[in-house]
Amino acid sequence: MSAGYITRISGPVIYAQGMDDAGLYDVVKVGKAGLIGEIIKLKGDVATIQIYEDNTLMRVGEPVECMHRPLSVALGPGLIGSIYDGIQRPLPVLKNVSGAFLAPGLAGEPLDTSKKWHFVPLLKAGDPIAPGTAFGIIQETASIQHRLVFDASVPASTADWIAPEGDYTCTATLVKSREGKEYTAVSWWPVRAARKFTEKQITHEPLVTGLRVIDVLFPIAKGGSAAIPGGFGTGKTMTQHAIAKWCDADIIVYIGCGERGNEMTEVLTEFPSLIDPRTGRSLMERTILIANTSNMPVAAREVSIYTGITIAEYYRDMGYQVAVMADSTSRWAEALRELSGRLEEMPAEEGFPAYLPTRLAEFYERGGMVKTLEGKKGSVTIIGAVSPPGGDFSEPVTQHTKRFIRCFWALDRDLANARHYPAISWNDSYSEYTEDLIQYWDSIDPAWDALRTKTMDILKKERKLSEIVRLVGPDALPDEQRLILLTADMIKNGFLQQSSFDTVDMYCAPPKQTFLLTCILTFHELAENAIKNGAPLLKISALPIKEKIIRLKSTLENNKVQEGQAVIQEIQQAFTQLGVGAQGGLSI
Amino acid sequence: MRGLEYHGILRADGPIVIAAHRENVGFSELARVRDRTGELRLGRIVDISEQAIAVQLFSENTGISIDESWIEYLEKPLTFRVGDGIVGRIFNGLGDPIDGYPPITSSDLRDINGRPINPSARVYPRDFIQTGISAIDGMNTLIRGQKLPIFSGNGLPHNRLAAQIVRQARVLSGESQFAIVFAGMGIKYDVARFFIDSFEKSGVLSRVVMFLSLADSPSIERLVTPRTALTAAEYLAYEKNMHVLVVMTDMTNYCEALREVSAARNEVPSRKGYPGYLYSDLASLYERAGKIENCEGSITQLPILSMPNDDISHPIPDLTGYITEGQIVLERDLSQRGIYPPIAGLPSLSRLMKDGIGEGMTREDHRDLAAQLFSAYAYVRSVRDLAAIIGEEELSDRDKIYLNFGDRFEREFLAQGEFENRSIEQTLDLGWKMLSILPEAELVRIPPKLIEKYLPRTGNGDPAKE
Repeated sequence: MSAGYITRISGPVIYAQGMDDAGLYDVVKVGKAGLIGEIIKLKGDVATIQIYEDNTLMRVGEPVECMHRPLSVALGPGLIGSIYDGIQRPLPVLKNVSGAFLAPGLAGEPLDTSKKWHFVPLLKAGDPIAPGTAFGIIQETASIQHRLVFDASVPASTADWIAPEGDYTCTATLVKSREGKEYTAVSWWPVRAARKFTEKQITHEPLVTGLRVIDVLFPIAKGGSAAIPGGFGTGKTMTQHAIAKWCDADIIVYIGCGERGNEMTEVLTEFPSLIDPRTGRSLMERTILIANTSNMPVAAREVSIYTGITIAEYYRDMGYQVAVMADSTSRWAEALRELSGRLEEMPAEEGFPAYLPTRLAEFYERGGMVKTLEGKKGSVTIIGAVSPPGGDFSEPVTQHTKRFIRCFWALDRDLANARHYPAISWNDSYSEYTEDLIQYWDSIDPAWDALRTKTMDILKKERKLSEIVRLVGPDALPDEQRLILLTADMIKNGFLQQSSFDTVDMYCAPPKQTFLLTCILTFHELAENAIKNGAPLLKISALPIKEKIIRLKSTLENNKVQEGQAVIQEIQQAFTQLGVGAQGGLSI
Repeated sequence: MRGLEYHGILRADGPIVIAAHRENVGFSELARVRDRTGELRLGRIVDISEQAIAVQLFSENTGISIDESWIEYLEKPLTFRVGDGIVGRIFNGLGDPIDGYPPITSSDLRDINGRPINPSARVYPRDFIQTGISAIDGMNTLIRGQKLPIFSGNGLPHNRLAAQIVRQARVLSGESQFAIVFAGMGIKYDVARFFIDSFEKSGVLSRVVMFLSLADSPSIERLVTPRTALTAAEYLAYEKNMHVLVVMTDMTNYCEALREVSAARNEVPSRKGYPGYLYSDLASLYERAGKIENCEGSITQLPILSMPNDDISHPIPDLTGYITEGQIVLERDLSQRGIYPPIAGLPSLSRLMKDGIGEGMTREDHRDLAAQLFSAYAYVRSVRDLAAIIGEEELSDRDKIYLNFGDRFEREFLAQGEFENRSIEQTLDLGWKMLSILPEAELVRIPPKLIEKYLPRTGNGDPAKE
């Protein structure tokens, strides 16, 4: 242990002398209070340290102790359902120690060391061990089987002894190697290093979110990366919450990075009572929360992103599909900026450090579908919220993020103002995964690609037409073009807009998604025909079936899509009764 | 050391004073500087090294000299003395009484910086506060424990609105102990006077704790004022179990002071010269609102900020909007048309509304009604844009109806008297009355059974057409 002492204090950044044997990014305990910090720069025997806690009253000359290991997280059974701060201190435990307010210098075991888990060994004495060898299974929750796998730091050897099936705490030795090394259910991994895998893979499987505008228009693949940029009040957090609730990942890691405390409380109070439609269990049984809210120390905010993604990678390595919600990456970038400013580094754009794009790239590259060391398939999907100042997407964080993601869900102020949620703009958003996912959707509905192309086409035409309407009014347009406006309206109200309060509408299964579009586009096609045969648009827009289609999203339940097929016939009948050419159905 | 003054400083640069290093001086502690005339100034230590100590003064720096200055280190952070006696009193930004009455007698000193609330100890706010103002209750509901700022501009009636909210706010489920904490930062004397008078008229003055750092006080004192005020609020809410409404005005002055100090410290600026930590700094204030477990009390914040040049994308309103749980935006155009309160329909938002309204809290139809009003009013905006180009006459019949809806919505629903107190039922019924202007088929955001139940109808069963 090297014993240094503080020579300068400048906010959360301190300088310490006598740190000659310390390493970069080693964890240090600073001052008499023993606050946790991390070495971010070394020069001679002077170390620059960022502190993760409030350091009011700290003095020059107080001791600094180097722990000679990088900042690491504890990985093992018991993570699921937990809520941690940015450096993996369990918030409920801290609450028991210091009450409702967080005091500096608190410590708490990240994993409950008294709880016993039922361990089933997968090895026997004499079996070889190496990175990627699974040595046991613990049933962590009803739906999550926790596979204990040796990580990349474990040297190849042979198991000398392995614990028999039974109940153990997470500090109990489960495996002894020939060299006498002991392994428990808990391992540690440095947060800033990506966990190892065998190879990255291309994915053809979507992360089904249950949000129609995402799944149909801008889908994301498992292992993909997406950004949700939007000004304040456009619904970033609401969209993230909705995805965290309903997407078909096995595990959700939700990182509240520099955001509101009440939002974390909302997740904590709401998720336990919600039921996962796939497993029938509480949503909290697949969720891990990292909460470093905006008023908690800024250095811990910087690291919270890494804490979250390391935990996600850990479950990926067991073969799970993990989704990470990072809300918000802009606050993380601002933490970088703040610390960089304290270090008196040369600023690049808007005061952000020049290494911002590198850090963003490193973060998003930790996502992906991989073949794990054990040979299983696991993925980490990253969905990062971006909070551009003034809602202006040309700012550095949004621009650099765009380079490293393949799905861009731009939130639109006008849609949010009209309370059209999710306020994902169909004009500015894009997804580069569409091609990769056609195969999956073909199995749901072979018309998927045609439906989405047609929908996008109508929305695009509507955008052009509404520019004209803005100048001359809708009356100047011929009926065929006004039909485009009408259909676009139906798409917006009856398909894109989705209520997160309506119990039927909040989650929309893929078959229902394509069915709703089929109804709207059938209506459109028949109306087009009818107009060609001389029916006035006024009559068409007055058809009661129109309103019925719009309301279908909240009247038709996910498991009753088959029964809904009758609606198609109703649409055809409605047009037959109009008396002008209602032959045929949807031609696509 | 406490009680010991060190002679001389090394440098004076704006509000920052640099002195030689001394033993036993802690980061963020208080220091007191005495100048040649004997005047005392408080400051906070913002940087210490083995050679020097940087002190940021809370007051004017005129007259500080290198040789004839004495500095004392108080070995404690800036504190506020709390006790039962604070309610009904007036303090300056540093927490010293300025109402001519004796100082607070209590040995209970609190660090004004407070501590962050453990997110797992928070209670999600759900209690609806009825303000009696339709635009707020109906469309942007205020919830107990929420932080809901008023985004205003110079010359707009934000003070009158804040006073009306203070006067009328009440919770439907029973009465309980409440207090109002008022923090005035860089405001003019007449504004402070307006609030005092209005508190007096509504009979709540004895429940108010005031912290005034008026426009003629040193700008740096504004940096401490909201913190002192929130310390008082936390004491009342979490220890005395009171429901505290904190009015903070004007946050723009606070941010200006922050920029001033940041510039004096030669920090790298981010947007418009504001420091890169403006977000974190504002969060350390706003996040002190809320409710915590095992405690009856709550802190509801109503910060007021004037948007420079009415620009909502200016860093101050922008960063505030990212932290607070919504915003009430005042609109100059409405105000000029004589509509009070000029609460802009679309950019205003209450994030906590969704969980505090509906059956059992306000009324079952509240959420859908509000969504439909927002969506209809948004359409009105686009119709108005169109009408400005092609003329009202050329509009389609549907659009004309919307135009009529928009006008009446603004004149009847948004607008109300400064002393008019509408119950939530009145507000919601008024909302339905407005919707009855539109054809029923337009109400796609509302389930048919609610339309059936609440939409006012004339004798023949058709929605009332006017």
